[in-house]
Amino acid sequence: MSALELNNLSKSFGGLHVISDVSFKVMEGERRLILGPNGAGKTTLFNLIAGDLAPSFGTISLAGEDVSALPTNRRAARGIGRTFQILTLFSGETVIRNVVLASLGRTSRRWKPFGSLDADEEFRASAMEILRTVMLDYIADKCVSETSYGERRRLEIAMALAQQPRLLLLDEPLAGLSKEERKGVEGLLNALPRSLTVIMIEHDMDVALGFADRIALLQNGKLLVDGSRDEVIADPRTKEAYLAE
Amino acid sequence: MFWITGLFNSLAFAAVLFLLAAGFSLIFGLMRVANLTHGAFFMLGGYLATSAIGAGFWIAIVAAGAGCALLGGLVQHLLVQRLAGRELAQVLGTLGLSFIVADQCLLIWSGDPISLAPPAFLQGAARLGMFAFPLYRLFLIVVAAFVAIALWLVVERTTLGAKIRAAVDDREMARATGIPVSRLFTVVFCLGSALAGIGGALAAPVLSVYPGLDTEMLPLALLVVILGGIGSLAGALIGSVLIGIIYTFGQILLPDLSYVILFLPMVIVLAVRPEGLLGRQAA
Amino acid sequence: MKTVGIIFITAIACILPFLLPGNFYLGIATQILVYGLFAVSVNTLAGYGGMVSLGHAGFLGIAAYAYAVTSGTYGFSPWIAVGAALLIGTAAAAVFGLIALRTSGLSFLMITLALGQIVWGVAFRYTDLTNGDNGISLGRASVISADPLTLYYVCLAVLALVMVLLAAFIRSPLGAAIKGVRDQPRRMSTLGYNTWAIRYVAYLVSGFVATVSGILYVQIFQFISPHALSLTVSSEAVLMVIAGGIGTLFGPLLGAGVVVLLKNVASAYTDRWPTLLGCIFLFIIIAMPEGLLPGSKRILAGMIGSFRKGAAPSASLQPTSRAR
Repeated sequence: MSALELNNLSKSFGGLHVISDVSFKVMEGERRLILGPNGAGKTTLFNLIAGDLAPSFGTISLAGEDVSALPTNRRAARGIGRTFQILTLFSGETVIRNVVLASLGRTSRRWKPFGSLDADEEFRASAMEILRTVMLDYIADKCVSETSYGERRRLEIAMALAQQPRLLLLDEPLAGLSKEERKGVEGLLNALPRSLTVIMIEHDMDVALGFADRIALLQNGKLLVDGSRDEVIADPRTKEAYLAE
Repeated sequence: MFWITGLFNSLAFAAVLFLLAAGFSLIFGLMRVANLTHGAFFMLGGYLATSAIGAGFWIAIVAAGAGCALLGGLVQHLLVQRLAGRELAQVLGTLGLSFIVADQCLLIWSGDPISLAPPAFLQGAARLGMFAFPLYRLFLIVVAAFVAIALWLVVERTTLGAKIRAAVDDREMARATGIPVSRLFTVVFCLGSALAGIGGALAAPVLSVYPGLDTEMLPLALLVVILGGIGSLAGALIGSVLIGIIYTFGQILLPDLSYVILFLPMVIVLAVRPEGLLGRQAA
Repeated sequence: MKTVGIIFITAIACILPFLLPGNFYLGIATQILVYGLFAVSVNTLAGYGGMVSLGHAGFLGIAAYAYAVTSGTYGFSPWIAVGAALLIGTAAAAVFGLIALRTSGLSFLMITLALGQIVWGVAFRYTDLTNGDNGISLGRASVISADPLTLYYVCLAVLALVMVLLAAFIRSPLGAAIKGVRDQPRRMSTLGYNTWAIRYVAYLVSGFVATVSGILYVQIFQFISPHALSLTVSSEAVLMVIAGGIGTLFGPLLGAGVVVLLKNVASAYTDRWPTLLGCIFLFIIIAMPEGLLPGSKRILAGMIGSFRKGAAPSASLQPTSRAR
């Protein structure tokens, strides 16, 4: 069964068509790369999938269920996890508190109006475990505003992992990182469980191509090429799209 | 008969509301500053006009507009600009200032309502068949229409307007292309404040001027702007007419609850279009 | 350290009536408790929820009028009136919240101001119910107690109870979610939180606390008129919050103390309270936007000779921009 299916998805702002008639399927456990020059509509596509934007036309199905009309939080509850291209963290809180908030979001305890969240050992333990997988456990109690950019990039991923998603959307997880830092995140990405469906937007071809099973190439909001990694790389339109930039 | 007269009075009130709300909306749209001194400027304009009326009606109106423009410029220069980028601080600053302005008005002009006689040529009524329309209210409607057209022309057709629109769309880009954004802000702040002052002066013969007029009119202007859509001139016009009609008929039909029925348009519009009737949808 | 401070302040508050020279000062102390509670309600929304309301006096007024009409006009017992006021005040918050939360940021502020003024207008114009500008006076029999000392302790007890509950609420998962929505609404919805509902809860809690303060208000003054609902009162509460330190638990109480004392001292010398209020507003916003305590510390440190610049003073005054 497909983990995600987009059918004739379109989004326009006023007269501007940002996404036009995009259809593709992502199978369960697949690692899909979204390529495309700047302004191709990649992040808009993520916003549509995650629910931050409502499509002008078309449908989005998650594991066979049409979620097009659901708000972001209900889609998150159905297993969509996401990182942001622009860091979206609670910068006044500690690193672990960020992750705790993320894992709290998928339990009904988020509505509990009493009892201390900080004192909740269960959340803390599971958050620690996630921090270990992204190698941030050594700064768990540091305030986010005092951490380095590279650490924040990893925390951004940790937040999405804490949601225990079935479908993970990674929006340029390597953006702005140094070569050293990239290595770390690359290892992190490769260590993701194979059962997890991942869709990634990334410009770093070395990392991205090594990661992807299949690739979708967007240009001007349209799906230009969709196929296995080797097919898309070999396709002349891919080269053209990148040369045109 | 009742409906026609009521509608006419609604439009006259809407005209006053428009003068008040257009300035607020202009400033808000351009600078993202909710200038809560606006209601106080309206009242101050009324008071200035009652004091300057000895020199003639037109001079009184101009004095009210000029006085408020000057004060508005000072507010922008000394307060709003200093707090640039701090939205909440700007709002609360203008709120604090509105208390000072209103209190000083009370000190200068005392607590009694002051009424203003319309000029001789605008006294009396125009007869149309069985209807009699007070000339002065007719005049208010004409002035508001004139101001609406003039504002539209300025914003849409002049270089100043083009600069304003550019600065609204993208402040940094406008600054980069050499548009003197902060001077532009001062101009707009003066213009908006002048409109409030003129509105207060023109409304004085109908509403008279009294302490508390500011806090009575400010929420109406906010409603107009919220309903019409922030920063939209046409929205301010539609909102003014809507609130003018509802408020005027409300006072005639349900005097006890004339305020409560102001909920109605607000609830309906916000339910359907939270950004206001002609507001721009956030991307 | 903090616990010691709280115990110390609580102890002082408990014996305060015996330190004060007379009922006039006791009355002022009681006013501080009531306005403090009102400021706490504004802070719940503004400080933790990131939504600044300029119409909160509406809730104080609705509760006070509901109480005055039930117990005064219709002659029900004070406790039934308390129940009615709690119900009506909270119901009003539930309705207003639905309207105001259609927007955010400055539009939210404008809508709450308009809503507050609409309530004020009703109190002013609907004379059959509210007796208009003259207000409603309550006899001794219509309030829980008319004894100043009892009133002081009732207000203190209610305030203490609300503070304890609120402190627990803020530390709870839901409280953390409210702060999360204030700081990163987009991330919160991505994490599965219903941001609208969380804001609505914050609005309801805040409206409920304001309702409680309205009930206390009408107890200590035995009188309610449209003036209690005016924009000035809403603004004073916002001033108390920013003066004391927005988003801190005890800041609003400190702010209430300062503003109520200033107001009473000033009234002995001048009728120009609004002008003074406006000046304090401007002073706080320009000179110490982070609140009186940290602000004074910073300025003092500056005067002592450290030329290091303090932390960016804008941080504490930007919840609306963060919430947008």
